[in-house]
Amino acid sequence: MRRTWQGGYGPATNGRSRVITFDSVTKRYPDGTVAVDNLSLEAPTGQITVFVGPSGCGKTTSLRMINRMIDASDGQILLDGTAVQTIDPPTLRRGIGYVIQQAGLFPHRKIVDNVATVPFLLGWDKKKARDRAMELLEVVGLDPAMAQRYPFQLSGGQQQRVGVARALAADPPVLLMDEPFSAVDPIVRTSLQDELLKLQSELNKTIVFVTHDIDEAIKLGDRVAVLRVGGRLAQLADPKTLLSEPADEFVREFLGHDRGIRRLQFISAAGLRLRTDLTVAEDAFPADSDEPWLLIVTPDRRPVAWVTPRRPEEREPYGTFLHGKDNMRSALDAALLSPSGCAVAVDEDGKVVGVATREALDEALAEAADV
Amino acid sequence: MNWLTDFFGNPENWTGPGGIPMRLLEHLEYSVLALVLAVLIAIPLGLLIGHTGKGGVIVVISANLARALPTLGMLVLFVLLLGTASILPVIIPLVLLSIPPILVNTFEGIRGVDPELRDAAYGMGLRGGQVLGRVLVPVALPLILLGLRLSAIQVVATTTVAAYVGLGGLGRFVIDGFATKEYASVVGGSVLIVLFALVVQLAFTLVQRVSVSPGVSQRIR
Repeated sequence: MRRTWQGGYGPATNGRSRVITFDSVTKRYPDGTVAVDNLSLEAPTGQITVFVGPSGCGKTTSLRMINRMIDASDGQILLDGTAVQTIDPPTLRRGIGYVIQQAGLFPHRKIVDNVATVPFLLGWDKKKARDRAMELLEVVGLDPAMAQRYPFQLSGGQQQRVGVARALAADPPVLLMDEPFSAVDPIVRTSLQDELLKLQSELNKTIVFVTHDIDEAIKLGDRVAVLRVGGRLAQLADPKTLLSEPADEFVREFLGHDRGIRRLQFISAAGLRLRTDLTVAEDAFPADSDEPWLLIVTPDRRPVAWVTPRRPEEREPYGTFLHGKDNMRSALDAALLSPSGCAVAVDEDGKVVGVATREALDEALAEAADV
Repeated sequence: MNWLTDFFGNPENWTGPGGIPMRLLEHLEYSVLALVLAVLIAIPLGLLIGHTGKGGVIVVISANLARALPTLGMLVLFVLLLGTASILPVIIPLVLLSIPPILVNTFEGIRGVDPELRDAAYGMGLRGGQVLGRVLVPVALPLILLGLRLSAIQVVATTTVAAYVGLGGLGRFVIDGFATKEYASVVGGSVLIVLFALVVQLAFTLVQRVSVSPGVSQRIR
């Protein structure tokens, strides 16, 4: 029986996300190679589920089975309970956003028309489709002047943004991203990742994201599925659990050696005990202080430098973290940037809220290790 | 140089059924007819084979035959088989001659499109025909046009042989001129054929300018 599926557009499903269910899915090639072996998992509505693993672990194959770029040999994949195998592939794909590694933009079309690809396919009015495309260019942080350019005129990072805009054009509830940021340089990658998280906090799509980079998986994933070679699921957990309780030796090794440090990024620095009595004004430097370090601040409480009362002429650098927003890893990082060993907590205007001393950091770290 | 003025300065060469305008028109007629037939056969075949990836062997055979088949020999063969009552004995060899460049370039153009791009097109939800028409053809267009241009120039040059079997075209000036030792006619005819080929080349350059997306040719900055 062929069931119709509305895709992610139209009044019936407007804005609503979908759950993706893998039910004992296996992909076996004619030569006997098993790419995905009996995979069962759920990619929950409105969350980012990351498939991560070494090459040959079947992560991309698993992703591509969702929009039927590859068909499963056994088992089924359900979108809100409807088996994807019962949906005509082009219809299915028009309702699912798809971002690939090299962006895959159409070189002969202007950026605006690239973004409007799916709306055009869905038969939207040309003007409406282009208006929507312009709106999306802004959403992904591209200058509207880019709209009239061709893909070859854009940098790799810009092309990748267009790729994301194109995937979002028809407002699909589901987004599939296949190593979308692995071909751009690390700085651009970080900013693309940050913007994806920001976008996701506004859009709440059901996202399946494939990467071979465990740091990317931990940064982006609400849930991370670690796959091992041969397409078997090694562990499915939220990043914090993954780092603190790896299921086995394979996962532990794949996570790398500094997982203790990385786990700190899931612990908020908001609980750090801050001292407010360690700041002094530039001209009010006390000659007789028992404190080993004091922080000089401007009249509007911006940090200037650390000084030690023993050598008041020497200014030492400071590190800051955003009070209430940043995590323990950032706070520790800020402390290590300064010879004082203290981290400066600032608010969003850059003004000093307080100082986390070594003792305060020690307490917080001891607590973190307890978890 | 006298030959050129002798030929182009002679008013008799500009009128009547044996005049330059008439011969030019005949030449154009044979060439266009042959090219249109070749396009009708080679483009769909090239698109089909390039898109489906099946039947590539046809392209290989065609490319090799193109080098092996003697045009003049084919012309004589078809004249013997079909007589000279129609222009078919000329058209058939010309068509066979112009199919391979179009077929090979169309096939290579489509097959050579970046697999990531093809993948993205399917992934967006384009159907097979839409992938071909909206993505593969526009991207492969420079190569497809190259095949057309090669064929057109080849056909224009080779249509000259129609004169061997008593048919018209600019070749008559060359062939008849040799027979009657009127070298002004030989040189004048040759010049006309070369000019014709240059005009064809120019025409295709213009077509390419207009039809290929700046995003593909990367002409703009």
